[in-house]
Amino acid sequence: MALLAWIRRRLVVVFGLLTLAYLLLPNVVVTVFSFNDPVGRFNYSWHAFSTDAWSDPCGVSGLCGSLALSLQLALWATLAATVLGTLIAFALARHRFRGRGAVNSLIFLPMAMPEVVMAASLLTLFLNTGARLGFWTVLIAHITFCLSFVVTAVKARVMSMDPRLEQAAQDLYAGPAQTFLRVTLPIAWPGIAAGALLAFALSFDDFIITNFTAGSTVTFPMYVWGSAQRGTPVQINVVGTAMFLVAVLVVVVSMAVGNGRRRMQEMTRKQA
Amino acid sequence: MTGTPSGGDVRLSGISRVYGDFTAVHPLDLTVPEGSFFALLGASGCGKTTTLRMIAGLEEPSTGTVHLGDQDVTRLPAYKRPVNTVFQSYALFPHLDVFENVAFGLRRRGVRSVKRQVGEMLDLVQLGEHARRKPHQLSGGQQQRVAVARALINHPRVLLLDEPLGALDLKLRRRMQLELKRIQTEVGITFIHVTHDQEEAMAMADTVAVMNAGRVEQLGAPADLYENPATTFVANFLGTSNLIEAEVVSAATDEILVRAGGDTLGVPAERCPVPAAAGTRLLVGVRPEKAALTHADETDRIPDGRNRVTGVVTEASFLGVSTQYLVNSPAGLGLAVYAQNVDRDPRLAPGAEVVLHWSRAHTFALDAAQDIDAGTETLGTADVSGTVAGTPVKEDAG
Amino acid sequence: MTSPTLTGAASPPAPGGAAPGARPPRRRGRALPYLLLLPGLLWLLVFFALPMVHQASTSVQTGSLEAGYEVTWHFATYADAVAEYWPQFLRSVLYAGTATVLCLLLGYPLAYLIAFRAGRWRNLVMILVIAPFFTSFLIRTLAWKTILADGGVVVDALNTLHVLDVTSRLGLTAGDRVLATPLAVVCGLTYNFLPFMVLPLYTSLERIDPRLHEAAADLHARPATVFRKVTLPLSMPGVVAGTLLTFIPAGGDYVNADLLGSTDTRMIGNVIQTQFLRVLDYPTAAALSFVLMAVILVAVSVHIRRSGTEELL
Repeated sequence: MALLAWIRRRLVVVFGLLTLAYLLLPNVVVTVFSFNDPVGRFNYSWHAFSTDAWSDPCGVSGLCGSLALSLQLALWATLAATVLGTLIAFALARHRFRGRGAVNSLIFLPMAMPEVVMAASLLTLFLNTGARLGFWTVLIAHITFCLSFVVTAVKARVMSMDPRLEQAAQDLYAGPAQTFLRVTLPIAWPGIAAGALLAFALSFDDFIITNFTAGSTVTFPMYVWGSAQRGTPVQINVVGTAMFLVAVLVVVVSMAVGNGRRRMQEMTRKQA
Repeated sequence: MTGTPSGGDVRLSGISRVYGDFTAVHPLDLTVPEGSFFALLGASGCGKTTTLRMIAGLEEPSTGTVHLGDQDVTRLPAYKRPVNTVFQSYALFPHLDVFENVAFGLRRRGVRSVKRQVGEMLDLVQLGEHARRKPHQLSGGQQQRVAVARALINHPRVLLLDEPLGALDLKLRRRMQLELKRIQTEVGITFIHVTHDQEEAMAMADTVAVMNAGRVEQLGAPADLYENPATTFVANFLGTSNLIEAEVVSAATDEILVRAGGDTLGVPAERCPVPAAAGTRLLVGVRPEKAALTHADETDRIPDGRNRVTGVVTEASFLGVSTQYLVNSPAGLGLAVYAQNVDRDPRLAPGAEVVLHWSRAHTFALDAAQDIDAGTETLGTADVSGTVAGTPVKEDAG
Repeated sequence: MTSPTLTGAASPPAPGGAAPGARPPRRRGRALPYLLLLPGLLWLLVFFALPMVHQASTSVQTGSLEAGYEVTWHFATYADAVAEYWPQFLRSVLYAGTATVLCLLLGYPLAYLIAFRAGRWRNLVMILVIAPFFTSFLIRTLAWKTILADGGVVVDALNTLHVLDVTSRLGLTAGDRVLATPLAVVCGLTYNFLPFMVLPLYTSLERIDPRLHEAAADLHARPATVFRKVTLPLSMPGVVAGTLLTFIPAGGDYVNADLLGSTDTRMIGNVIQTQFLRVLDYPTAAALSFVLMAVILVAVSVHIRRSGTEELL
């Protein structure tokens, strides 16, 4: 009875942790199977322990090339979407103008649409205009769907910024350009960084829109898709695990650094 | 520490500001003498912050001009005006530390070595050892001093303060009032201070302009405004006034006699702003602390020649230093009396019949053609910032 | 204009209305917002709006790959496409709807846990929710092939507990398999879009002042009542945002149906993909894509209206 009562009081926690397990289970499987030595072409059932794939991640043809291509695409798409999106976000957050509602809708619609619809419409455009499918069409598609997300992230940050900060800068002899460089931009920076990070992640992991617009170009998700039909090399799991570990490490380290700095500041504050 | 400001009053001529069909500031003429501590006092949305922002250059006037000394600065953008502002809730740059916040204005004007100046300024506001803190690590009072330092270091011709003490608690606010007054005396710069707190305005400023609905109602030294309010708004907004509707019985050169609810009251003729003849309607006023209460049984002890109103006590609140009474009488309801607790008469409890009396010299008269309650209800809501009737008012409070 | 008065004198009563010669406030940089918008909007017009036009035009063309296509306003394509593929449409709505409900049921406790119960573990749990994003979702979806493999631990357990007997009778699974059945597809969809439910839920829960819970308890509300009357209503914006962020991508998805399902679990996304990339019947594919867009947009706006959270737009 006591145990039942204990669980009942923590029902939310128990269910929450079960959900968390559901979310993380595939990552565990991906990691474990990166050490598999599968029988046959598919890496779906456990056979024997092996570190072969880890010692030779580029051992299957095309994999590392597709990875490099995905990184390159994501970088360019992030850069372009961040610049274009930040400009729009500033216009929306800082200015009143005619047609603001229409602009807002145009930003919202791409996010409210299933990817496959955007992918199909872009493909019809490319087909009708006779564009050759490849790196450039994929890049265009990626910039297009990343744009709205950057706008949303940056706009939220700029909107929450106290307009008096910019007025204070003007009051302290900063002209429009100086005000933007010294005050607006630094304060909006976390929003821009968040938008860029989101754009990078979206672009790097995109499959559906890429599948429609890539032609014979193979990005990393396209490579994984193809291997799901032909046979999945263990190296895919190695890449997946490595990305996971690197990302978690970066997050943990940056948080630890942040915590450390805060603690240092608190200590100096107490001494003062 | 700061240089003496180079000459000039702040002169506003016919300055106004209109947003759509809402007039935030009606055409206004105002001269703030050099070196004075000037307060713009009023409730939320009265136009005082808009006026301040027009002087700062953050708001462009719809009509009129702003002069600093002989220079017309109306068209000069904020960053070219020799004027600095202490913003409401300070607007300290969150990404810069205290030192860089204070150095901001110097650096923008191309000053190379700012270290010594910033250090001196931080010492002046007693923040020397906090130079490398970020604003969010400081207390409210410290942030306020950074904001003052950041503005003052530029030796502005005029320092504008927009509700600079609004975010502080009462005790700290009183201390900072004295502190600001000290700094102003020390540096001799013209301070223009916007506030909704009438005590703050009176405690700090040499001259107070009371604003209401986009107009200056009255302007003068604090004591003068308090003793001789020109409008019901000023009478009610600055402290409390007992206003009684009355009709003139006779008007002599030195004294006017009026009737109010069966009592006859005398008003010094020089304190009546409108021409009075028999039958003229007036509002007669007296400050609560100048009135006294005597129990109806002892009316013979009231000296002759004082104005008297009979009534019944409805409320008595003991406040330690004083007791506040409310009295209903045929002349008016809810007349207030603040009595110092020197010799309390225990019979003065709710229900007691009393005579409320005061010196004729302390009586003032106002034009009866105004709202008798103007300025009263704003007292309770003066802290609430907001917009006026759906019109976006570009003021945060005041 | 009135002349300057002496220091200390109040302004004379101002002339009513706008003074003569009043000039409207000069707007500095009136063109600036348009300049800021120009490049980005141009981009969206050319690569988002224009493609929609092309797709609309393609959907009413007739012809063949060899002979070329021509706009003939052949609206019958829409009728034919819907008549032929309505089962896939229905399946998409059903699968996506089920996945959304499951995401809500699974995601709410997790979001609640992070917002109110995690204490100093909050950041860690947050990282764990976001971390899977960093591994390609295709790789993670493939992992379900291993987890749900025939004769695997999960399937064996479900068999032993006779769960699969029940689900088979309901048409969710076939025999003693889970892979290549609707259950596997819904499971994959739920898994893939769960973080899109958890994050907005967490954001709206985190904004709730915990003292509101105490206040409700103080006013004699039992824990269940506190949840029903305080927590849930206040988290509605998160529920609405989360269901949208889950339903929209799930409705158009074809990856889960392709990797985890069979030909009997094809969703409308699979059809559009095949028509466009394999069959190369562009008019039908474009028409299907348009119908899907319309269905989703109508569903979204009805959902937003009904839950009274228009400000999300």
